[in-house]
Amino acid sequence: MLSKATSLTRSPVNLLEKARILQDYIVYVIFALVLIYFGITIGDSGFLTVTNLFNIARTTAMITVIAVAMTYVIAAGELDLSVGATAALSALTAALIMKAGYGWGFGVLGGLGAGLIVGAMNGFFVTVVRIPSFLVTLGMMQLIRGFDMRLTYTNPVSISNSTFNNLFGSGNLFGIPSLLIWSIVATLLGHFVLRYTSFGRQILATGGNRMAAEYSGIKTRRIKFYAFLMSGAAAAIAGMLYSGMMQTARFNFGEGAELMAIAAVILGGTSLFGGKATILGTFTGALMIGAINNGLIIMGLDVSDQMMVAGAIIILAVAFARKPAA
Amino acid sequence: MSDRNTLLEMRNIEKSFAGVTVLKSANFTLKKGEVHALMGGNGAGKSTLMKILTGVYTRDAGSIHIDGNPVDITSPKSARENGIAMIFQEFSLVNTLSVAQNIYLNREPRKGGLLSDSLAIEQSREILRELEVDIDPSTTVANLSVGYCQMVEIAKAISQNARILIMDEPTASLSEREAQSLFKLVHKLKRKGISVIYISHRMAEVFDLCDRVTVMRDGNITLTSACGDVSIETLVENMLGAAPASSFEWHDRGHIPTGEPTLSVRNLTIPPRLNDVSLDVYAGEIVGLAGLMGSGRTEIAEAIFGRREIDEGEISVLNQPIKSQSDALKNGVALVPEARRTLGLVLEHSLGEKLLLPNLRLVSQVGRVDDRKANSLIDKIIEQLSIKTDNRRKTARLLSGGNQQKIVLGKWLAQLPNLLILDEPTIGVDIGAKSEIVRIIRKMADQGVAVLVISSELEELLAISDRILVLHGGKIIQQLQRKEVRSEEELHHAIQGHKLNQIAS
Repeated sequence: MLSKATSLTRSPVNLLEKARILQDYIVYVIFALVLIYFGITIGDSGFLTVTNLFNIARTTAMITVIAVAMTYVIAAGELDLSVGATAALSALTAALIMKAGYGWGFGVLGGLGAGLIVGAMNGFFVTVVRIPSFLVTLGMMQLIRGFDMRLTYTNPVSISNSTFNNLFGSGNLFGIPSLLIWSIVATLLGHFVLRYTSFGRQILATGGNRMAAEYSGIKTRRIKFYAFLMSGAAAAIAGMLYSGMMQTARFNFGEGAELMAIAAVILGGTSLFGGKATILGTFTGALMIGAINNGLIIMGLDVSDQMMVAGAIIILAVAFARKPAA
Repeated sequence: MSDRNTLLEMRNIEKSFAGVTVLKSANFTLKKGEVHALMGGNGAGKSTLMKILTGVYTRDAGSIHIDGNPVDITSPKSARENGIAMIFQEFSLVNTLSVAQNIYLNREPRKGGLLSDSLAIEQSREILRELEVDIDPSTTVANLSVGYCQMVEIAKAISQNARILIMDEPTASLSEREAQSLFKLVHKLKRKGISVIYISHRMAEVFDLCDRVTVMRDGNITLTSACGDVSIETLVENMLGAAPASSFEWHDRGHIPTGEPTLSVRNLTIPPRLNDVSLDVYAGEIVGLAGLMGSGRTEIAEAIFGRREIDEGEISVLNQPIKSQSDALKNGVALVPEARRTLGLVLEHSLGEKLLLPNLRLVSQVGRVDDRKANSLIDKIIEQLSIKTDNRRKTARLLSGGNQQKIVLGKWLAQLPNLLILDEPTIGVDIGAKSEIVRIIRKMADQGVAVLVISSELEELLAISDRILVLHGGKIIQQLQRKEVRSEEELHHAIQGHKLNQIAS
């Protein structure tokens, strides 16, 4: 009798379920299509060479690191727009500390500290003062970026510490570019924590249904606070990756990185409404954005085109990510 | 007084809010493995009593005993620790997680320190099998129907060793088949020695499913009895009281429907909730729609307002077909929805802005709102409605429920609609404002508006309607002229699915 009831309620549901599954894997399909498209149109210009693919993975490392943490923030039902500015802040902080004669260890601690402070402030305003995260982090983005400009009066700060430069961005570890290692470690760690720890599950429950999460004893405000801390720390690491790669720190590092990261997360299949997330999808989404940017450059288009494409991608990604009409 | 079979005892529970007593020395007992119905009208105190049991409210006086030992329930958490679980109808599961992940939310089984979904699925499957619920624990909850969500919740409670389950109108949003599955599950729980407090207005369910029944009225428990020992009449009497305190009187408006109906619904079918519904409402007439929760009342309102996809049938207003919300608005249909807090009123708007919204055209010139004209219109409406406010700029949220509802009605006063649909117009509104609202509705009808009122408060329907349609199981089973209904009790019987004349004879 029950099984009859099941089949009765399931038949219309099945289509919906299929639409959802398609949505979950759409990023991989689109990624493959993007690669094929560029492979055909600009294959002769070296798009598909190993060097260039490595290059894509390296240049997207910063976006990947930010996007992994952004996945947590979005999965918890929030948004962090301040990550780009925070990346620059951490880069400058680390560079200034090292310029003042301290070792790379202090530089890294300083950079991370700056990111954590911004994350804590975001978390405080969202969870304690209860301002929507969109507004808090939009304001914070502007505030931090202004602070970045003031810090060195927009002058770049060069970094001569070779350990720092090798560790973040420039060098190789075990023959593998360190940027690649950072993005893979961030992805694997992010995937592991989301899937196999109670923190990951609490993030999903908080974003999926806050009341239900609270009722199950989850301190949802604390969880959101931690997500913002994570996002701040990831932005800091990304900032130091930019500066290690360029061997210098600039106030304008990470401009637009927040949008790229959000696009990567949503393209990857994480629900914009919270509660459902995939780090592997985010990783793929980030790679795809990197591949598109790279392809456009090879095609001879410039930054302005990249910006327009990135903007269009976000709109399309969100259009795809919308819940199928019930 | 208490024997070995008594699981729960609530003794002399009292509660008042801001000086208003809502529970007066209530005594309630629950036996092991018993299904105990809790009945009573709106505001009788059922939900307050249950909120005290689940730790949402703290009692002012009295004591709670489980297995004969006094327990102190001060929070939802301590209620859970005492084995008490409330089964919500929806919204208490995380849609994006799987059934197993929900059952074990925040107490996930682990393997080597890490969360193990496979272990959670295995254990959930065990629980579900024991309850004979056929759900795949790895399914995402978003793919389940409401009925199954409820069963997952029950499984979740059982997995936490709950011994007392509270179900509030559990079948209200279920299809017939889903309800049957739920009843099977309740029987199963009973055999496992789990006790269920079953809040329902449906007599048939109460008699079929429950062992005992407790009736509340005005914060008092008026009856506790074995279901086999009482009749429907006794239950209804105890719910209504000897002389129901009538807050508003009906008077025959002497309306005789003439001409073409303003609203005409023909063979409306929206599975699974509505089945072949036809009705007419004439200009100047107030028609009440009576029925239990889940009988399809709200669906009818939404369909007429063009917000529901119609499977079969036709809806027309003044001979114009209604197929979408813009059709409805174009033809002068106004809907005052049930959940007015979320649907009808932008709470952050000021009172003045709010009243103005549907009337912008009256005070605009070349697309610009004439402030002076607007203010005088607002003041006129405020006066007509006798809304109590010191300032037309006051934010709507700060007004009382009754005044908020008056604003919603006020929106339509300046520009009378052809058809006004009201869904639960006076829920959560104090008595004074209630009769005020009834007065406004009558006034609008007197000016030729066709009015359709949906309400679960029979007293309200009786006070306001010229004609009452009885909805049961998605069908209109009876049409009553208000004059023909002699008492609230009769209407009570009617919405349970009995023909009125059967009772009367």
